[in-house]
Amino acid sequence: MWNMIVSELGQAAHELAQELARFLPRLLVMLIIALLGWLAASVARMILRRALRLVGFDRLSQNAGATQLLTQAALPSSSELLCQLIFWVTWIGFILAGLSALGLVGLEELISRFLLFLPRLLAAVLILFAGMLASSFFSRGALLAAVNANLPSPRLLSYSVRVVILFLTISMAFEVIGVAEQTILVAFAIVFGASMLSLAIAFGMGGRDLARQFLQNRLSRKEETTEKEEDELSPL
Amino acid sequence: MADENILSDDLLRQLISVGEVDIVVGLATHNNAKTAGHVAQMIRAGLLQYFPRQRAVVLNVDAGSRDGTRELVQAAAIGDVRDPMAAQSLRTMRCISVRQPDGRSRGLQAIVESGELLRARACAILSPESSVTPDWIDRLLRPIYSGDFDFISPIYRRNAFDGILITNLLYPVIRALYSQKLREPHPSDFSFSGKFGTHLAGLDLWRREFGAVGSEICFTAAAIAGGFRIQQTFLGPRGHVEHQSADLVPAMQETLGALFWSLDQDFAVWSNGDGTKAVPTIGPDYELTVEPVRVNRKRLFQMFSSAVPNLEPVLRSILTPETHEELRRCVGAREETCHFSDELWAKTVYEFAASNHRNVISRNHIIQALAPLYRGRVHTFLAQNRGASENQVEETIEKLCKTFEMLKPHLLELWTKQEGGS
Repeated sequence: MWNMIVSELGQAAHELAQELARFLPRLLVMLIIALLGWLAASVARMILRRALRLVGFDRLSQNAGATQLLTQAALPSSSELLCQLIFWVTWIGFILAGLSALGLVGLEELISRFLLFLPRLLAAVLILFAGMLASSFFSRGALLAAVNANLPSPRLLSYSVRVVILFLTISMAFEVIGVAEQTILVAFAIVFGASMLSLAIAFGMGGRDLARQFLQNRLSRKEETTEKEEDELSPL
Repeated sequence: MADENILSDDLLRQLISVGEVDIVVGLATHNNAKTAGHVAQMIRAGLLQYFPRQRAVVLNVDAGSRDGTRELVQAAAIGDVRDPMAAQSLRTMRCISVRQPDGRSRGLQAIVESGELLRARACAILSPESSVTPDWIDRLLRPIYSGDFDFISPIYRRNAFDGILITNLLYPVIRALYSQKLREPHPSDFSFSGKFGTHLAGLDLWRREFGAVGSEICFTAAAIAGGFRIQQTFLGPRGHVEHQSADLVPAMQETLGALFWSLDQDFAVWSNGDGTKAVPTIGPDYELTVEPVRVNRKRLFQMFSSAVPNLEPVLRSILTPETHEELRRCVGAREETCHFSDELWAKTVYEFAASNHRNVISRNHIIQALAPLYRGRVHTFLAQNRGASENQVEETIEKLCKTFEMLKPHLLELWTKQEGGS
C-alpha cells in the first residue's frame, strides 16, 4: 500500500517535472517575445515621434484646436498620445502572440478575437481624434461666422455645432467597436431629432417676428436698400 | 520664365500672333459691364494719345462674365477706324480678350505672365471699376517706359472715411515694417517694368489660398523687398468700386491674408529695416475730402462690444493676456466713452500677425477674428474725426502710423520669441 502511494507520488512528481520542463521553455519563449515586443514597440514609438515632429503634427493639431481640448482634459499632446497608442498596441500584440506560444487551452481563441478587435479599436480611436479636431474647427468657424454676421447667441450656436459633431463621432466610434450599437444609434436619433424639433418649435413660436422681418427684408427691395445704405462704408 | 500652364491655348495663340510689344495694359474683369467698356475706351485713348509710336496690346482677362463685359471691352478697345486719334497712331493697337474662369488672381497672373512672354517693357493693370482717364495711362506707364522706375503705385483722391482698412491697417503696417510711405499698398491701378514682371512671375504667391481673390498687396511688398525702384503717382478720384465694398470679411481675407503671407516671406527684410523713407511722388502725397458718409456707428459699436466676450476663447489663443485685458476694459465702457486707442490697435494687429505666423489656429479663423475688432477701431476713428478737416484727419492717420512704427519692437519680440520657441 505504502509502496503504491510512494510510486504514484513519484509518478505524479515526474509528470509535473515533465510538464514544467515542457512549460518553462514556452514561458521563456513568451518572455523573449514580450521583450522583443517591448523593443519593437519602443522603436516604433521613436520612429513615429520623429516622423510626427518632422511633419509638424503638433502644429496641425494646434491649428485644428485639438491641443486645447487635450490640455483641458489634462492629456498629453496629440503626437505623444498617438505615439503611446502605437507603443501599447504593438506591445500588447507581441504579448498576445507570446501568450499563444504557451499553448494554453481556450486562450488561443480569446487572443485571436482580441487581435481581430485591435484594428477596430484603433479605427475607433482615430475616429474620436478626427471628430475632436472637426468639432473644434467647425464650432470655432460657426462662432466666428455668427459673430461677423451679428447673429444672436453665437456661443450657443458654436456649442451646438460642437456637441452635434462630438455626439456623431462617439456614436460612430461605438459602432465601429461594436459596443451598444443599437443603443447609441437610437440615442443619437432621439437626441438629434428632439433638438431639431425643439429648434423648429422655438423658431416657429418665438421667431415669428424675426421670420416676418427676414421675409420682408428679402422681398421688399426698398427696406433692403435702406439697410445697405446704413452700412455703406468701403473698407478698401 | 513664364509658367505656360496658366496661359490657355487660346491666349497663347493670340499672344503669338501679336508678337513682341512695348506696352501691355491688363484689365481683369468679372461682370463689369457698367464700367468696363468706358475703362477700355479710356485705355485706348490714352495709348493713342501718349504712346502712338509704341507697340501696345490691351489684354482683357475675364473671369466668366455673363453680362457681356468681354464684348463691351473688345468693342471699346478696337474703336472706330474713322477716329482721328487712331489715324495719328503709327502702330496698330491690338486687343486680346480671353476667359480665365479661376478667379481674379489667375487673371492677374495671366496678365503678368503674358507681359513677360511678349517681352513688354512696361505693363499696367487697371481696375475695370476705376474712374480712368487717358492721362492715367501716361502717369502710370511713362516713368516705367522711360526706365526710371520698376513699380508705380497710385494715390487717389479719397473721402477720409473711405478705405479705413487701408488708412488704419495696411498703410501703417507697410510703412512701419517695410519702411516705405506707400499710401495705397493694395492698389487697384498700378504699373511695373518687364524686370519686375519677371520677378513677380517667379513668386510663390499665385498658389496661395488668398490668391483666389487678389494679390495686389503682395506686389507692393515684393517690390519693396526686392529693392525695386518705386514711385507714387496721383491719379485723381478713384471712383466707386462696387465689389470691394460688399463685405468686410472677404476684403480682410483678400488683403490681410496676403499681407501676413508677405510678412512671413520677407522677415529678413522687414526685421532689419529702420527709419521710414518717403517714396518719390508725382503730385500730392495725399488728397482727402470730408463729405459726410452714412455710417451706423451704433451698430459698429454693438458688433464690437458683443464680439469681444463672445470670442474670448479665440482671442485668448491669439492675443497676449495684457492686450486681451485692455480690450475687455475697452468694451466695458459706454459707447460714448469707448476709445480703441492707437496703441491698443497697433498691438492687436501685431499680435494677430505674430499668431498668424505661428499658426496658433487656422489662419482663416485668425483673420475672421480680427474683423469685429476692426469694427471697434472704425468706431473710434469715426468718433475721433467727426467734424474734422482734411488736415486733421491726416494728422490722426500720421499719429497712428508713428504708433505702429514705435511698436515694431513689440512685433519683433513676439516673432523672434516664437521662432526661438518653435
